[in-house]
Amino acid sequence: MSDDTINLTVDGKPLTAKRGQMLIEVTDRAGIDVPRFCYHKKLSVAANCRMCLVEVEKAPKPLPACATPVMPDMVVHTASKLARDAQKGTMEFLLINHPLDCPICDQGGECELQDVAMGYGSGASQYTEGKRVVFDKYIGPLIATEMTRCIHCTRCVRFGEEIAGIRELGATGRGENVRIGTFIEKSVVSEVSGNVIDICPVGALTARPSRFSARSWELSQQPSVSPHDSVGSNVFVHMDGSTVNRVIPRENEAVNEVWIADRDRFSYQGLDSKDRLSSPMVRIDGKLVECDWSTALAASAEILKSNSQDLGVLVSPSITVEELYLSQKLARALGTNNVDHRLGQLDFFAQDVAPVMPWLGMQLNDLETLDAALLVGSNIRKDQPIAALRLRKSALKGGAISFINPREFPLHFEASVSIATRYDHMVSELYCVARAAGADISSMADVPQLDPSDKHQQIADALKEGERSAVMLGNISVQHPAYAQLQYLGSAIAQATGATLGMLPERANTAGAWLSGAVPHRGAGGMALPADQSPGKTALEMLDNAMQAYLLIGCEVEFDAARPAYALKSLAAAKDVVAISSYMSESLQEHASVILPVATFTEVYGTYVNATGSWQSARGTTQPPGDARPSWKVFRVLAQELQLDGFSYDTPEAVTKELQGHCASVTLSNITQFSNAPGFQAPSSDALLRAGETPMYATDPIVRRSQPLQKSMDGKQAFAVMSNAQASQLSIAEGDDVSVRQNGTAVSLPAKLDNSVPDGCVWVPSGLPETRALGDLFGAVEVSKA
Amino acid sequence: MSSVPADVQLPDPAAVLNAHSIEEIEEWMTRFPDEQKQSAVLAALSIAQHQNQGWLSTELMDAVAAKLEMAPIAVYEVASFYSMFETKPVGRNCVAICTNISCMLMGSDSIVEHVENKYGIKIGESTTDGRIFLKVEEECLAACSGGPMMQVNHVYHTKLTPQSVDEILDALD
Repeated sequence: MSDDTINLTVDGKPLTAKRGQMLIEVTDRAGIDVPRFCYHKKLSVAANCRMCLVEVEKAPKPLPACATPVMPDMVVHTASKLARDAQKGTMEFLLINHPLDCPICDQGGECELQDVAMGYGSGASQYTEGKRVVFDKYIGPLIATEMTRCIHCTRCVRFGEEIAGIRELGATGRGENVRIGTFIEKSVVSEVSGNVIDICPVGALTARPSRFSARSWELSQQPSVSPHDSVGSNVFVHMDGSTVNRVIPRENEAVNEVWIADRDRFSYQGLDSKDRLSSPMVRIDGKLVECDWSTALAASAEILKSNSQDLGVLVSPSITVEELYLSQKLARALGTNNVDHRLGQLDFFAQDVAPVMPWLGMQLNDLETLDAALLVGSNIRKDQPIAALRLRKSALKGGAISFINPREFPLHFEASVSIATRYDHMVSELYCVARAAGADISSMADVPQLDPSDKHQQIADALKEGERSAVMLGNISVQHPAYAQLQYLGSAIAQATGATLGMLPERANTAGAWLSGAVPHRGAGGMALPADQSPGKTALEMLDNAMQAYLLIGCEVEFDAARPAYALKSLAAAKDVVAISSYMSESLQEHASVILPVATFTEVYGTYVNATGSWQSARGTTQPPGDARPSWKVFRVLAQELQLDGFSYDTPEAVTKELQGHCASVTLSNITQFSNAPGFQAPSSDALLRAGETPMYATDPIVRRSQPLQKSMDGKQAFAVMSNAQASQLSIAEGDDVSVRQNGTAVSLPAKLDNSVPDGCVWVPSGLPETRALGDLFGAVEVSKA
Repeated sequence: MSSVPADVQLPDPAAVLNAHSIEEIEEWMTRFPDEQKQSAVLAALSIAQHQNQGWLSTELMDAVAAKLEMAPIAVYEVASFYSMFETKPVGRNCVAICTNISCMLMGSDSIVEHVENKYGIKIGESTTDGRIFLKVEEECLAACSGGPMMQVNHVYHTKLTPQSVDEILDALD
């Protein structure tokens, strides 16, 4: 037995523990029930609720188990008379000001206070005086407050400070007047704020969208996986009959610990949106009309067959691998390699040498122990919120986390070096880091005459010195017009510094899409195409110039495409468009010839491959609306209609199995072996540039339709954001309507002044109805006062 | 440790706090290590309150938060905890009558009653002309030998009688 291990006795049971562990951790592990409110295993110890008082022999008074370190030969009684009396007394005090409104409280039935009062409290109250009442403040569209119920455990306050990294809630006032809240009326802004709903032991903080809609014991629960980012957070879907009532985290230490992002939690509100498709439709005399499946399938088959010579198949990287795999299998069975999921990408230079799938290069929990990291083109806090929580832990431990971004993004930790520059200077900045690191970049042509400065040296040194360091490319890198150059330099820096090269895949199934073969130049499992075939067109090529026909699967090109204006023109010019989709959209309304309605998240079995290459499957738990069907069945019948073999699966699991067979020999790597390096492109001019990102609540069709998310702070992104200097140069003031013009089309957006956007740039996000008429996310733009 | 959340826009301290306040706050900040400048929050808040006729607006608290690189909610917590800080507008003269045990034995209740009747306000309220703020029931101010006593704008007055109270309060501006 090592020195670190000690023996103690709890309730007569001999236990071992690590020296310095808190008693409650030991009892929890041993399955001994100790009541608690303020203690939470992921938060610091507050010891303010006093509910976990237990008797420790030789201690004169009961001690709180959550704040009592174990000692050798300690003898503890958790249920002795002394302990029980203490617990009962605490319970009585806690209930003094707690309202007896359990019958109308959302927490009723799953309330820690209710449970513990039942187990440890007294049957009747001796308290006859008035109870205090707290008037609520509105804290946003996601969290409902009923602060009269609050017992001041401060879990939510500690969550904000310790986990989310944004201290928004606090305990104001003193004594009986203590209140938990924001003090001033404000919406909370954290992208993981919903977790306070779970950790609140009472009904003070509840989910606003599902408020008053069901009792917890009437709900059934099914495990699932969130389809919104490449973390693949594990969730439970709670159903009231056949509708989703709410989504809560499912603990998985390796993936999401016990947290989920607000996007994972509240996206389900988009499932039942008004434009949800429940019937197949065909266009007759220019009008889309509902029809039966056989009509729609026959029409689709006819279109696909007659246009197979010039057909573009575009798939969303947010759908399941089964759908992705079947999409490309169908495309290839029809004789085309024009299939792609990389809708937002502009630069495909490195696609041939790209690894089999983009991956993190490490496990998610490795993000917590990095000594140094350089993130290039990543708003990780909003794009992969749960991964960002882990990275934050590295930063708090002293890890040097640096960024090269087209904008200074608000972080929940202190960045070591944060370079926010015009997007066309990002390559130069990264080039300087590569130089500072002594990286071998000799094969890059036309390199600039730039010398690294101190900040570049600082980044390079940190990566070199760190025992565990990483270079990571994020969502913005992938959308960047010089993606290959960023990849090349990132790769060179990683090799020179000994850092791990990691990708933060942009969408829930970006990795899965690569594995499924939903790319024009490779088959499933990253296999090379047969020798007699040449690669198909990339998503950009398919959408920049109109093709005869399109097959759209789960994607909304006006929001997903790199150049939505061109994409919409191409759809309009195409002879036919077949869409396999869960939702109607404006572009489908205008251009689709046939729409096949399919099941989506929570309704169908499907698998997601996350950033670490882990395959996570979830069963369908609710029924798709009306005539909507799971897409694997749609593919089966469509293939039958087209007289194609190989689609007669009996179950969706058979599709997964087939794909897994193709992926059996896949080894993960991120090192891109450039056979010819991309040439350096000098920043073009001093012209005004548009830069942007796809905001976190605009990433996929479900999220785009979730009203609570759209109404939250992060949902409101339709602005032309620029620095004060830039605005005054353009004679624009905060709130002015400005006209943003690209390639001849203009949209009008309110101006927002924010010095986090570099001069020379106007920040105009994509993925929004307000900006869908525009072109390149990164490119020249004209901006003037409307 | 709680720094300013990146999403929160705080005012420029120099635009809210006057030069004198800034100078005083900065002097206080020199007394603590740089990474613990939030230790100056109590002093900073009382300086800010002083510049604003005895109460702290949200804007002032935000300016203190910006100056000390604290989360604004952490400043609100401190300001709302201590009875010396007011977070709502109050009368410009702060009258705090001690009602703790020694003063109570010496008749502080009748002093409170006298002042309440004199101005027609209850403890914790201000006169409508904004002249007098009768602070919440004050606890021991450590002048027990002179009870009943009160503190008016930081000045102690001991051995109070209704007449002496009238004289003191009538002399205020």
